[in-house]
Parts: sequence; C-alpha cells; structure tokens
Amino acid sequence: MSHAAVTDRRPSTLRGASLPKWSPWAIAAGSVALGTGIGLGAGLDSTIQWGLIAAILFVLGTYVIAARVEGRRQAKDRIATSLVWVCFLAAVIPLASLIWETLKRGVKVFDVYFLTHSMGVVPDTQPGGGIYHAILGTLEQVGIATVIAVPVGVLTAVYLVEYGRGKLAKAVTFFVDVMTGIPSIVAGLFILSFWILILNMGYSGFAGSLALAILMMPVVVRSTEEMLKLVPNELREASLALGVPKWRTILKVVLPTSIGGITTGVMLAIARITGETAPVLLLVWGTNFINSNPFKDPQASLPLYIYQQYANSAGSGAAYDRAWAAALALIGFVMILNLVARGIARWKAPKTGR
Amino acid sequence: MAKRIDVSGLTAYYGSHKAIEDISMTVEPRSVTAFIGPSGCGKSTFLRTLNRMHEVTPGGRVEGKVLLDDEDLYGTGIDPVAVRREVGMVFQRPNPFPTMSIFDNVAAGLRLNGNYKKSALNDIVEKSLKGANLWNEVKDRLNKPGSGLSGGQQQRLCIARAIAVEPKVLLMDEPCSALDPISTLAIEDLIGELKERFTIVIVTHNMQQAARVSDRTAFFNLAAVGQPGRLIEIDDTERIFSNPSVQATEDYISGRFG
Repeated sequence: MSHAAVTDRRPSTLRGASLPKWSPWAIAAGSVALGTGIGLGAGLDSTIQWGLIAAILFVLGTYVIAARVEGRRQAKDRIATSLVWVCFLAAVIPLASLIWETLKRGVKVFDVYFLTHSMGVVPDTQPGGGIYHAILGTLEQVGIATVIAVPVGVLTAVYLVEYGRGKLAKAVTFFVDVMTGIPSIVAGLFILSFWILILNMGYSGFAGSLALAILMMPVVVRSTEEMLKLVPNELREASLALGVPKWRTILKVVLPTSIGGITTGVMLAIARITGETAPVLLLVWGTNFINSNPFKDPQASLPLYIYQQYANSAGSGAAYDRAWAAALALIGFVMILNLVARGIARWKAPKTGR
Repeated sequence: MAKRIDVSGLTAYYGSHKAIEDISMTVEPRSVTAFIGPSGCGKSTFLRTLNRMHEVTPGGRVEGKVLLDDEDLYGTGIDPVAVRREVGMVFQRPNPFPTMSIFDNVAAGLRLNGNYKKSALNDIVEKSLKGANLWNEVKDRLNKPGSGLSGGQQQRLCIARAIAVEPKVLLMDEPCSALDPISTLAIEDLIGELKERFTIVIVTHNMQQAARVSDRTAFFNLAAVGQPGRLIEIDDTERIFSNPSVQATEDYISGRFG
C-alpha cells in the first residue's frame, strides 16, 4: 500500500499537460473570426486578405498556445501540422472554386442539344449551336496523337529500362527530358514550319495530332519508364531462369505486371494534351462546321472552341455562355479519362487476395 | 534424366571486379550438392554461372568451362535460353508472377516457351504441384493469384514452376532463408524427393541444413574483402562436417570464424 502511495506522489515523466482534442478547431474558428474582424476594421475589401490574415493567426496562435500549455516540442509538432493544413486548404480552395465557377456558368446552356449540334449556321452573337464538331475534332486529334505517341513512347521506355546501356541510353534520356520541357507553342511552330510551310500540307486535324504527339511522347516515356523500373528484377530473373527469351519475358511478364501503371500514365498524358490550345490554334485552325476527316481541311477542337467563343463574346452573351459550357465539357472529359485510368489501374493491379 | 556438371577453371567477373576465381568441381547427377561459405564469397555468383544467369547482371562475364554432360555451356553457338531450360533455378525470395494465378504460374514456363500440348497442360501442372508437395493445399484454388499464398507455399510454388519445364538440373539459391522452420522442413523434405529425378545444387547459410539435405558439400571462402572467392574444398557431406581436410573449413563449420 505504501508503495503505491509513493508512486502516486512522484510526478510522472511520461505524462504532460496537453490541449484538448477540439483545440485546433477552436483556434481555427478564433483566427477566422479575428481575421474577419481585422479585415472589417481595417477596411480591407478582399476576402483573400482576410483569409491570409486568418491563416497566419491560426499558425501563430497554435504555436503560442501549444508552447504555453504543452511545451516547445509539442508546439513545433503542432505548428508543422497546422502548416500542412493551411497549405492543403490553399491548394484546394482555388481548385474547388474553379470547378464551382465552371459548373455554375457552364450548366446554363449545357444540354443534349449543346452536345449534339455544331455551330454551322449559328452566328456567334446568337444563342443556340453546340460543340459536336469540337468534341469530334478533339476526339480524333487526341486519338491520332495517342496512336502515334503511345507505341513510340512505351517502346522507348522498354528500351531505356530493359536494354539501354551506355551513351545511347543516356542521350535518349537527356532528349526525353528536354522534350518534356518543350512549350506547346514551340511544338506547334515546329509542325507548322515542317508540315504546313515546307511540305505544303494544309491545316488539318492531323497536323495538330503531330504536334500533340510530340508533347505526349516524353510524358508517356517518363511514366512508363518509372512503372517498368518498379517491376522487381526477381520477376525478370524468374522468367529468364525458366528458359524464356528476353523479349517474351518483357512481353509476358514485365509489361503485364506494370500495365496498370502504364495505362494510368497514358491516360494522364492524354488528359494533358486534350487541353492544349496553342498547337491546335496554329495547325487545326478551327471551323464552325462538322469536319469528320482529320486529314483534310480545318477542324474544330474543344480548347480552340472555348478560346474562339470567348474571344468573340466581349465578356457576356450567348458566345460567353457557350465558352463556359464547353469548358465544363472539357473538364468533364478529362475527369472521365482520369476515372477510367483509375479503374484500369485497379483492375489490372497485381492481385494479392487469397 | 539428371545430368552431371563438370566445372573447370571458372572465373566470373562483375565488370572489372573478379567475384570468383578458378573454380573446378564436379556435381554428381541425382544427388544434392550444397554450397556453404561466408557472405560475399561468391556461392550465389558461382551458382548463377551454372545456368548462365550471371551474364544477365550488367557487366557479368565468365571465363572457363562448365560441362553439362560433356557439352560446354559457354561454348560457341550455345543458346543461353536453351541452357536455362535444362538448368532450372529457384531463388532466395519466393517470386511468383503477381499477375498470374497459381495454375498460370506453374504453367508459365511451358506457356511462355510456347512448346506444349494444351491437353497435357492440366496434367503437367498437377504433377508439378504434387512434385512440390503443394497440390493438396492449392487444388481447390488454382485460379487464385499465387501471391496470396504464404511465403513457404509461394516458394514451393516457385519450385513447382521450375520443375514443370522438366529441367535436368535444379539450382537453389538459399531457398529457405526467407521461410519459417516448418516451411523449411517442407522444402527440405521436398529436396530429398526431388533428388531422385534431378541433379540439385543448393546454396545455404544454414550449415545444419547443408548437413541434413546434401550428399556432397563445397566450402567457399575469400581471402579478404574485395578479393575473389575461391573453392576451398568439396567432399562428401559427412566428411566435411566430421573431418574436413582443410583447417579453414573446420574453423568455419565449428563457428570459430566467419
């Protein structure tokens, strides 16, 4: 008994004062209220400024309160946590507000009619019309670019990971890195001078596809390379030790193991080039009519359509609404691609179940 | 069916680094030969030269001769892929193909090589799994992924996969080092059965294991770190563990060194 009493009296070295669980929320609420108050009192008219003040107050307040109650080490821990939260919100708020704005302005004219009709006989100032021709153009141009870029990109990555040794591989890696940094307008100008000015071909969806393929290829190479590197060497050795030739090992063991990741990379690359405007502007030229032949005559495309509608709208009116609705369609398209990529990655991922 | 291996004057390099030097030995057919020795002494490297897996490593090259029943594996015109079909291998960590089911894993060697009769495939898979003492545990879930098995089962799956292509020689690179004692026992029993049909070479860090499963034991050592590994002696397992002819072997086995 006396033994227990002694232990009770001794201060525990393992226990210390700690803030209650709800304290971060309280500090957050307090700093938002204070930030609003300071904003109103000082007459700042931008809510972004209020938010920034609140964020700084939140981080500082967390540190000061935690340092007083819990001690310096816990305070540092809490300041790191609160910084992470503030940065997370700072990243998410613009994204969420972008999607919200696009949805709000886009749904006005976004309907089945909009998706299934072109701008053929609709003047820019009049309501009506749609994006059928632009969707068609985007699908064809992106499709052709994918058909060109994916085999080249995947095979390049296979070369780099499975075969590449020495100077050639280093050179290829270097140029892929350089290509990743090519601005899209430069790729567009290159195809413009090569395909349209030197070879004397006309504006067409295919010319746009060539430029998009240039932009897509390094992304595909990079992501595929990373995925192939993730395949454990033991699997390659296991296959080789069974007397399987190297090319079959790559085809039947390495690529199937990484196909989920490769597909995801390809889908993300597609999503990236779908929104490219500059090369399309230079090479595809745009049209208000339905042109389903990507090899002849100008086509439309979604980003180009958005640009042209907005340029002709003077900030309001029917063309302005159509630009937003087309932007919504473009975001939706990219989002669907991402979802498909996730689905494929999950479906193809190596299974671990029993 | 099993074949004899005659190695003479074998030296292997990684780039400019000499990993093993001047190794000569004979591996008898239908027997188990164990390689023991400290880490880094080149046991695994030597094992990998026996089915030309050494050259898969970038910079790996080999000098000397490895005769598989009088045919030099490193002779001109020898196809390494054909060599690996004759000399199978089981690795240290179980490595079933993660995208394939249990059935497909066992069938992988035949399917990927493309020369098999579809009708015979079921029988071969069943026979190989029985040969690896795994059939009773997996016969009801042949279509489940192989990676869902336990470590010991996965390793037996890898053995089944290796024997499905009917090699003449089976190389095992520390096949039990990632397994618990019960799985180890299962694999050791299996090795005892497999030696009726194959020539087996096993690398192990576990000397009791070498003493239990092998007929002959080879001791490898290296003079110092950075020096190439050498074969110190090879003899009947009983003799190596009771009365070795080289002092270094006795020191290693009795734990006075390494």
